[in-house]
Amino acid sequence: MSIALENEQKLSAATPSEGHTAAHAAASPVVQTRDLRLYYGQSEALKGVTMDFHSNQVTALIGPSGCGKSTLLRCLNRMNDLIDEVLVTGSILLDGEEVNDKTLDVIELRRRVGMVFQRAVPFPKSIYENVAYGLRIAGVRDRKVVDEAVEQSLRRSALWDEVKDRLHESALGLSGGQHQRLCIARAIAVDPEIVLMDEPCSALDPRSTTRIEDLIGELRRQYTIIIVTHNMQQAARVSDYTAFLYEGELIEVGATKQVFTKPERKETEDYITGRFG
Amino acid sequence: MWATAAALTAMLSLVVVLLYVVLVNGLHVFWPAYVAEVTRVDGEALLGEITRRATNPDTDEVSFQLKTGNRELDPQRQDFRWVKEKDIRSISYPTGIYVLERVENGNYYGRLERVEGPHVPAAGDRSGDEALSSGVTAVQQKAAEYLGPIARNLAALSHQLQETREAIATLQYRKTRLPGDQHQRLDEQLAEAESRATQLKKQSDYWVALQQKRLAEFRTDVAVFKDASGKSTPIEMLDIVRIYQPNDMGLLAKLGHYVKKIGELLWDNPRESNTEGGLFPAIFGTVMLIFLMAITCFPLGVLAGIYLGEYAKDRHLVRLVRIAVNNLAGIPSIVYGIFGLGFFVYGIGGLIDQWIFPERVAVGSPTFGTGGILWASLTLGLLTVPVVIVSTEEALRAIPRGIREGSLALGATKYQTLLHVLVPMASPGMMTGFILAMARAAGEVAPLMITGVVKLAPQLPLDGDFPYFHLDRKFMHLGFHIYDVGFQSPNVEASKPMVYVTTLLLLLIVLLMTSTAIWLRNRMRKRCQLRTL
Repeated sequence: MSIALENEQKLSAATPSEGHTAAHAAASPVVQTRDLRLYYGQSEALKGVTMDFHSNQVTALIGPSGCGKSTLLRCLNRMNDLIDEVLVTGSILLDGEEVNDKTLDVIELRRRVGMVFQRAVPFPKSIYENVAYGLRIAGVRDRKVVDEAVEQSLRRSALWDEVKDRLHESALGLSGGQHQRLCIARAIAVDPEIVLMDEPCSALDPRSTTRIEDLIGELRRQYTIIIVTHNMQQAARVSDYTAFLYEGELIEVGATKQVFTKPERKETEDYITGRFG
Repeated sequence: MWATAAALTAMLSLVVVLLYVVLVNGLHVFWPAYVAEVTRVDGEALLGEITRRATNPDTDEVSFQLKTGNRELDPQRQDFRWVKEKDIRSISYPTGIYVLERVENGNYYGRLERVEGPHVPAAGDRSGDEALSSGVTAVQQKAAEYLGPIARNLAALSHQLQETREAIATLQYRKTRLPGDQHQRLDEQLAEAESRATQLKKQSDYWVALQQKRLAEFRTDVAVFKDASGKSTPIEMLDIVRIYQPNDMGLLAKLGHYVKKIGELLWDNPRESNTEGGLFPAIFGTVMLIFLMAITCFPLGVLAGIYLGEYAKDRHLVRLVRIAVNNLAGIPSIVYGIFGLGFFVYGIGGLIDQWIFPERVAVGSPTFGTGGILWASLTLGLLTVPVVIVSTEEALRAIPRGIREGSLALGATKYQTLLHVLVPMASPGMMTGFILAMARAAGEVAPLMITGVVKLAPQLPLDGDFPYFHLDRKFMHLGFHIYDVGFQSPNVEASKPMVYVTTLLLLLIVLLMTSTAIWLRNRMRKRCQLRTL
């Protein structure tokens, strides 16, 4: 079955009324972490994080620099494997499957859990090839399938209208904001279940940031999104759930509205109101 | 600040001086110089090109160096004469002076008297000039007609003779290896081969005698010239390579002469122990050497660099290897040469010979166990590979982490990431290493001298004879040519122009090759360039 078709079905399955209000409904957890600990050599970067990420919801991870939010994010698709001297204990369940299992196919995992980085760096290839990259390395040869997936992904990342006439020009000629949307298109082209975003707007101007935020609102219909951000307003604007991390510990997690208006813990309140961090 | 500026200025001016010297001396070599007739106070007249002017620092006496040519007429066989200014009565540049470039004995300077000989067409009412040029053309054409087939026959015969002798050597070698009861058959074959060799020798002797006879006939075709002192000398027409009259030539004629000389330089074989004629075999050898080096050292260096940069896990080991690699670049090149001689030539070459040509080793004529272009290029490759390794590693390291992670996060394997993203992005950096390696290799002479370069190679390492690439052959090289002509030649003054020309040519070739590589790299870079946000 073609990827495009799958996407169509997902589109129709997601009801348009599912907005921010749906955050309070009991959505099923897609990812569950249980006592997740991570050590960089001697130091402990994550100190037993236990939380759930819900399907088709946006979860924001907030906290001061070095609190472990990016590290947590990178655990979810095993990107920390690339760093030497990292030890992970505890459990991450993706649809009930253990992510930390050494026998797990990491390649397959990363196809299911896509990622967008803080600094959007397109490959030095054409726009088309950038988006098609994931499909090509997955071995998709059918030109029609690739064409369709590229168009779909670019449309969904709200880039299609800007680039449709120059798909085969170098992606390096795009602007910074376009780069980030291209990287999002690249990530969703392989049709992942979850999209991880590591401060996707921190290098962008306000206008591009608004576009990306709107885009996140659109994408949550089809994907589960987990976003790391430094920007409180952004977390409040785009997310359904917010988790606050501090020095490697999960302080509080809950519906965004509740976390921002009536935080249960004092540290959360202090951080949100800007008393530290 | 001023010290840094001064250092840079000093560096630049040294480079400029070097280029200036090479350019000025190299470029004017082929420009036909005026021939001066110098009459001394004592009445002696000299004909020649004024090549230098020098002042004695003690006495302030000015002397001129004259290239007088006519080497065989001089008792000391000198081409050059020094004349003091105070000994000179007059200097003039008369018309009608001929300069002859000859196969042997260098240039001749003189005036034409007459042409004569059995193959010279009747002069009729033509002037001396025309008689000379038409005579030379006619004689050389006829000589080619008569002598060409003889020479071809002789070449074929000597090739067959060589093969027969090798066959004899093989049979004799086998005889020593086989038990006595099989000797009879070998003896028969040996006798047959030997009789064939005798026959070939006899045939070849006949053709040699014929060649001598014909040559003797052609040697009576002469042009008689008169030198400055009025002495007549017959010059064999077969001996003449080029005739010109610089004092009578216009600018256009001189330009034509210049272009022709450059053509000769690029496409002809050298003459007169390399001090005259062309440089084609040396140019060919140099370029082929660098190409062979490139196709061996570049893939090796790139692969090693990728392993070091991407796969090697052990940091200490990598550090150690990196230090070793960097130090490899500092080893004197002659050491590489000695290593190449020991390892490639005697080691690997010797082994190959023992496997494939044991009989040739037995008679003391190794094929691969002696210097050749393959071993020389491998030695050079060894010498330049560290540069490629280091620059490959650096180029890979310079790629932003986001690119690597972006690819891996899309489910690419490490190998796919390397192949599709990292290597294309690092390719300009790899090319830089390659350019540096090439420039270094083109300038190396020392390691070549003991791994296969020769003063005069009878055959090119690439020709029309099967198997076309003769990588075991010795070759000529421009760098070695400079050394050999400049410092090993008996006639220092006569060889000087050739040294300049060769140097200039080597510089040009290196420039051409590196700028091609740079152009390629820039094209690659344009495709892979990362614009910062």
